Amino acid sequence: MSLLSFGADGWGRLILSAACTTLLLSLVALMIGAVVGSGVAAAKLSPQRWLRWLGEGYSVVFRGIPELLVIYLFYFGGSGLITLVGQMFGADGFIEAPPFLIGALAIGLISGSYQGEVYRAARLALAKGEVEAAVAIGMPRWRIAQRILLPQVVRYALPGMSNVWQMSLKDSALVSVTGIVELMRASQVAAGSTRDYFTFYLVGAACYLVLTLVSNHAFRRAESRLGRAWQSRTAAQH
Amino acid sequence: MIDFAFLSYTFLKLSAALPVTLGLFISAFLCGGILAIGILSLRMSRWRVLSGFARGYILVFRGSPLMIQLFLIYYGLGQFGVIRHSFVWPFLREPFICAVLALSLCTAAYTAEILRGALLAVPAGQVEAGLACGMSRWLLLRRIIAPIMLRYALPAYSTEAILLVKSTALASLVTVWDVTGVAQQIIQRTYRTMEVFVCAAAIYLILNFIIVQLYALLERRLTPAHRVAKKPMPAVKPLAGE
Repeated sequence: MSLLSFGADGWGRLILSAACTTLLLSLVALMIGAVVGSGVAAAKLSPQRWLRWLGEGYSVVFRGIPELLVIYLFYFGGSGLITLVGQMFGADGFIEAPPFLIGALAIGLISGSYQGEVYRAARLALAKGEVEAAVAIGMPRWRIAQRILLPQVVRYALPGMSNVWQMSLKDSALVSVTGIVELMRASQVAAGSTRDYFTFYLVGAACYLVLTLVSNHAFRRAESRLGRAWQSRTAAQH
Repeated sequence: MIDFAFLSYTFLKLSAALPVTLGLFISAFLCGGILAIGILSLRMSRWRVLSGFARGYILVFRGSPLMIQLFLIYYGLGQFGVIRHSFVWPFLREPFICAVLALSLCTAAYTAEILRGALLAVPAGQVEAGLACGMSRWLLLRRIIAPIMLRYALPAYSTEAILLVKSTALASLVTVWDVTGVAQQIIQRTYRTMEVFVCAAAIYLILNFIIVQLYALLERRLTPAHRVAKKPMPAVKPLAGE
């Protein structure tokens, strides 16, 4: 138990800060994924055929290949690209890409392919008449998006987002191969130096479990909060 | 610009590792499926202790990353002398077996939830009709519940199979030389990330495509309505006066 203390010879501090890194990494990845995902959803719902193909291709590729492979691509490939750009500007030698950004980008792009699907389903769940009514009263396109689409798509997408978030949270463990000290890496370091492998991996797993449970609870709260407005409205209709 | 010689060399090298990936997938798929049925029966049990255990199992294995589960098994179990000196150690020392074990345990948790969803979706009337015919519980399960459940579970199960294929890549982190492991090796030796990535991605995409097709085939076979519907339905004529 003293191994987990927060003192000088305990690993508690490292693991706690690593848990924060994991959380931050997943959050940044989720935001990148939200941007990418809405783009993918828009492309898939677009009337243009090549855009639909592009969206379809993106989700097939990023949902079909192992996350680890994507991380390798960005980790090795990203550094290579930055080194190339650096050489153009006269820098020599190998420049390493910032691992946090690379990791967040890789997880974010994967998350985006799943989020795209969630947003698309949410958009399709919307009653057609709502948009038609808005067009009929002469709302401009962006106001339709802002007032009609966005609030409802968010509500419909929330349960799916909860799944995607958990997936990103777990995928973020893979980023440890690039050397960022997040929860997985911290458990590895602690386990390696104390030789108590089982103990520290168990602690790491427990931390992930706590993160999952807490975020699960938060999503449920958010769902019931957004659902409340919904319920009162449908109740008023009847 | 494109170095086809290197591409084909990489593709061949990676294809040589395909049996390892396939082996991981198939053994984890089978073991996970069997385990999932066990967990499902515990989960549906009337006894609080058993269903509570299954609930906890599903929560733990779905709530933590597979990578940490794999490391827990591969590196963690060796911490205990009891295990190191027992008869299971020759197996647990093998990275391949550890990877299969971790993958099966993890996928079993997901599969059990999928199967449970399907089981709850079996229409009550079907079960009642079976009982009314005087079917025994076992016969009912075999003839009525299991086929319907399998049909309902298929779409989600195919997704889970794809996720499992993707998860096998993690085995490379415990020195199993599967496609991803070999790809990483080549990348580190040559630093030609893009080419290697494209080859490995192609292999995984082809693999997943085949699995999706197999599931679609199975789904068609299990849906009699779709088979009959090959004949075009007679068009409904609008009634006169409408």
